[in-house]
Amino acid sequence: MVKSSSKTPDTTAPSMAVDIGGIRMRNPVMVASGTFGYGPEYADLVDLNALGALVVKGIRIAPWDGNPTPRMVEVPGGLVNAIGLQGPGVDGFIADYLPFLRGYEVPVIVNIWGRSLDEYREVAQRLDGVPGIAGIELNISCPNVKEGGLAFGTQPDMARSVIAAVRRATRLPLIPKLSPNVSDIRVFAAIAEAEGADAISLINSYPAMVIDVRTRRPVLANRVGGLSGPAIHPIAVKLVWEAARAVKIPVVGMGGITGPQEALEFLIAGARAVAVGTANFTDPTTALRVRDGIRDYLAEQGMHDIGELIGSLAT
Amino acid sequence: MKVETCNISRHETFQGPYRRLILDASGIGCAGVPGQFVHLRIPRLDGAVLRRPFSLYRAGKDGIEVLYKPVGRGTDAMLSMVQGDSLSLIGPLGNGFPVCGKKRTPVLVAGGYGVAPLSFLALTSARPGIIFIGGARADDVLCVDDFKSRGWDVRVTTEDGSLGAKGRVTVAIDAWLQSPESRGDREWYACGPDGLLKAVGERAAANGWNAWLSLDKHMGCGVGACLACVQRVRNADGTEGWVRVCRDGPVFEARSIVW
Repeated sequence: MVKSSSKTPDTTAPSMAVDIGGIRMRNPVMVASGTFGYGPEYADLVDLNALGALVVKGIRIAPWDGNPTPRMVEVPGGLVNAIGLQGPGVDGFIADYLPFLRGYEVPVIVNIWGRSLDEYREVAQRLDGVPGIAGIELNISCPNVKEGGLAFGTQPDMARSVIAAVRRATRLPLIPKLSPNVSDIRVFAAIAEAEGADAISLINSYPAMVIDVRTRRPVLANRVGGLSGPAIHPIAVKLVWEAARAVKIPVVGMGGITGPQEALEFLIAGARAVAVGTANFTDPTTALRVRDGIRDYLAEQGMHDIGELIGSLAT
Repeated sequence: MKVETCNISRHETFQGPYRRLILDASGIGCAGVPGQFVHLRIPRLDGAVLRRPFSLYRAGKDGIEVLYKPVGRGTDAMLSMVQGDSLSLIGPLGNGFPVCGKKRTPVLVAGGYGVAPLSFLALTSARPGIIFIGGARADDVLCVDDFKSRGWDVRVTTEDGSLGAKGRVTVAIDAWLQSPESRGDREWYACGPDGLLKAVGERAAANGWNAWLSLDKHMGCGVGACLACVQRVRNADGTEGWVRVCRDGPVFEARSIVW
C-alpha cells in the first residue's frame, strides 16, 4: 500500500515585493529611464502594471531638443547612444503624459536633470506634490549633455551640492543615479546617503565612441555617447556590489540585463531592485521574463521572500 | 501593434542581390496597411541588441512579405535564415500612406527597395497612376510587373543606363513635368534615399501638390520610446521640432520636412 505523503507541496509563490526608499513595488523589476519613453509607447505591448516601477525618460525644467542625428549606433554586445535628453519639459510631461500614467497602478519614477543647480532644484520643486509620482530619480550621470549631467556625477563636491539641493526641494523618495565613470563608486554612494537620498541607482551608460573608418568621422553627431547593453553588465555588477556594501539605503542595479540571469546577479550582489534598459528594444517583454525568472529561481532555491536572495553573495 | 512570433514560410532571391522574406505572421498581416513596417529580430545575430525595420511589401491573412538587400551586419546575417526558422516581429508599426484624394491621380516615386511599400500601395489603390522607378543598375529596378499588371504607367531610370532612361529618377520626373500629360490634380508618394525624397518634395510643392514621403532612419526601439530616429520638421505655427520617424511617421508630407 502506498502511503500518501503527509507533506503537501508548498505552492505559495515567493514574495517578490520590495520597498525602495518608500516606493513599494510588487516586484523588483523596473524599466530604466530613456528606454521606455513615458509609458504610452510600450503600453500596447507590455502590461505596465506588471512592472515593478516605470522610470520615465529624463525631464528638465523646460523642453529640450537633444542632440542632432545620428543619435544611436549598435556595437557588438550593446549600443552607443547620444540622444541628449530630448524631452517635453516638466510641464509638458505633467500635461501630456502624467494623466495617462495615472490610469495605471505602477509606481512612476520621474528621472530629472538640469544644466545648473537651480534647474535641478526647480524641476524637483515643480514635481513635489503632483499626484501620480512615486519618486524622483536624479540624473547626475548622463554622458550626452554638455552642461550638467555627468559633471555633477563625477565630482564629489558637485554631486553633494546637487543631491542636497534636490533633497531640500522635494519630499518624494529621491534616487540619485550614479555614473560608472568614477574611480571609487563608494564615495558617491556614501555622499548620496549622507545627503538624504532614499536609494541609489546604478549604472548609467559608460562614455564611449564609435568611428566610421571609411569617412574617419565619429558615427554619432555628438561624437561621443554612452555605451549600454550586455557589454557593460559585468562592470555594473562590480559597481553595484561595491556600492551596496558602502551604504544602508537600497540600491537599484542596472546595466545589460537581458534575462533573469543578469538580474539575479545584481540581486545577489546586493541590489534590492533592478532595471531593464537596452533589452527593452530587443524584446519589450524582457522585464516580465525577468520577473518570472526571478520568481522561479526563488522557488527552486526554496526561498519564500526575495529578501533572502538580496545581498546573499557567497564569498 | 503587437509582438508576434512567426515562422519563415519562404526566403528566396527576388532579383539580383534582393531577397524576399515571407513570414506567416497572420496577426500583423491582417492589421498591416501600405506604408507601415515591422521591426524584425534577426535570429542568430550574436551581440545584436537592436531589431531591424522593414516596410511591408505585402500583408494579409496569410502573413507578410518584405524585400531586402544585404547592406550591413544585420541584413548580411539575414541571408542565413531558412524556411521554418522562427523569429520575432513587432508590428504593424507607424502610420500608413494617406489615401489618394478622389479626384487625384497617384504619382509614385521609388528608389531601390523603396519600391516595396509603393507596390503594396498600388495593390490597394482605387485607380492606377504613374510610377517612376529609379535604381543604380537594372538589378535595382524592382517590381515593374507589379505595377504594369495593374495598368500603371511605369517610367524606369537607371544611373548607368542599363534599363530605361539613363540618369537619376528626377530626369524622368522633370521631363514628365514639362509635358502636357502631367497636368491635372496629383497626389505624390515616394520612398527611397533622402536625396530622392527631397527632390520629389520640392517638385510636388512647386506645383502645390501633396507629397507623402516615407522616411528611412536608423531606428532603435521602433515604437517611439528611444528618440533615435528623429526628423526635423516645421510645425504648423512655424516653429521647428523633432518628430519620431517610427511612431509619428514613417510617412510625412514633404512641406513639413526640414532637410
